Amino acid sequence: MKHYEVEILDAKTREKLCFLDKVEPNATIAEIKTLFTKSHPQWYPARQSLRLDPKGKSLKDEDVLQNLPVGTTATLYFRDLGAQISWVTVFLTEYAGPLLIYLLFYFRVPFIYGPKYDFTSSRHSVVHLACICHSFHYVKRLLETLFVHRFSHGTMPLRNIFKNCTYYWGFAAWMAYYINHPLYTPPAYGEDQVKLALIIFLFCQLGNFSIHIALRNLRPAGSKTRKIPYPTKNPFTWLFLLVSCPNYTYEVGSWIGFTIMTQCLPVALFSLVGFVQMTIWAKGKHRSYLKEFRDYPALRSPIVPFLL
Amino acid sequence: MAASEEDGGGSGSPEEKENGKKRSLGALATAWLAFYNIAMTAGWLVLAIAMARFYMQKGTHKGLYRSIQKTLKFFQTFALLEVVHCAVVRTSVLVTGVQVSSRIFMVWFITHSIKQIQNEESVILFLVVWTVTEITRYSFYTFSLLNHLPYFIKWARYNFFIILYPVGVAGELLTIYAALPYVKKTGMFSLRLPNKYNVSFDYYYFLIIIMLSYIPLFPQLYLHMLRQRRKVLHGEVIIEKDD
Repeated sequence: MKHYEVEILDAKTREKLCFLDKVEPNATIAEIKTLFTKSHPQWYPARQSLRLDPKGKSLKDEDVLQNLPVGTTATLYFRDLGAQISWVTVFLTEYAGPLLIYLLFYFRVPFIYGPKYDFTSSRHSVVHLACICHSFHYVKRLLETLFVHRFSHGTMPLRNIFKNCTYYWGFAAWMAYYINHPLYTPPAYGEDQVKLALIIFLFCQLGNFSIHIALRNLRPAGSKTRKIPYPTKNPFTWLFLLVSCPNYTYEVGSWIGFTIMTQCLPVALFSLVGFVQMTIWAKGKHRSYLKEFRDYPALRSPIVPFLL
Repeated sequence: MAASEEDGGGSGSPEEKENGKKRSLGALATAWLAFYNIAMTAGWLVLAIAMARFYMQKGTHKGLYRSIQKTLKFFQTFALLEVVHCAVVRTSVLVTGVQVSSRIFMVWFITHSIKQIQNEESVILFLVVWTVTEITRYSFYTFSLLNHLPYFIKWARYNFFIILYPVGVAGELLTIYAALPYVKKTGMFSLRLPNKYNVSFDYYYFLIIIMLSYIPLFPQLYLHMLRQRRKVLHGEVIIEKDD
């Protein structure tokens, strides 16, 4: 069996960073990354991007050396992706924040509303309901992060955690401030409005959860396979007939429910911004599906049936 | 994004990539942009002359803003078009958007709305800076489009800002600061609780946040201009940080 030689050059300066000899032909990129870390310990595998061309696309961890268009001496180009952080860590942090922050406002902790309101409780039942719904939503997300989701990527750039937490924590504080304010005005149509909102919210929470479970079941543990999702026996998954990313559809729905429940403009703005972001993600996902699968169902739109 | 593409004639404006793209700019687009930039150069020249005449005739800056406000509002508001131009001229919509927005904000939400500060010296400060900056900038664009850029205009465009930028920022910040007491007293542009939208807005604190935002924003814009300057005037090849 002929061994390969692998030289790794810096993609920008073309400087020779590492030379590996006696590399097995069936070595994967992941294994080469591990070898590279030995000579440059500050560049752990998650922050390495290796490519055949300095300006080309990153090679995948699963790619096998002998299947690449290289001779027995392979030249790979390295780019530093910067400090990385695991997706799980980011999700847990960005979701734990809103859960706790909202509760600080709900319990009217000192220095927020003025001393005479400290630790008082709202007299509006909808305010208590809103707290339960908001908390439930984020507890659900935390549990899904720990037990349901199967992530394609292990890590993301470190700076994302600051960006994401600012967004989630900032909006949570802004919303919670008004909903739990002593001068909060309950919904204009009273109990009927709150009941309708609660039904929408619960329906969409169940829907969103059902989709997450369905997506998890598409992918065996530890794998990164991608398959077309299809409706299952669970009626909430029948939305797959019409959209590629029903989890996002249901998520927007939940926040619309919460907006109607609280009749609070900051909640409406949060829902709108979330909708814009999720539409961008859904369109991207939809495009990937179309590219990867010839037989992708034509009826589906990215996030809103027939429209978006 | 490594070294920019420089046109042979030294009349390149890399950050705008006008000349790299100009060959593909239709005749109509070029004609419109030429007209626009000439008109804006003229407009700001008129403003400059009006300001100088007022000061020479009256010997004071008091009342100067009132005398030029209509012209200022017209030409500064017209500049909103530049965000649309980005589609053709290939400048960053974000950078252009931020620049134009901050000007619109100063003119309409500060000096127009808070009449008591119109005679502050700081207003004259930023008006002078804006006038010199815009005359230089628009004539730079005009000459670049027509492919006859005199070196002194390019020099001015990439050197004046070194002084003008910080002076302009000082004028704007001092003006907003002077406006704060009036905003607090009148509660203008503000929405209080309780209301049926369960939201509030305090223009006073909003202005304070705006002032604070100059701290991260100004150095970034300034450094951006310094980098452009090195590229254009000294032909430095700058390997930018990827992503």
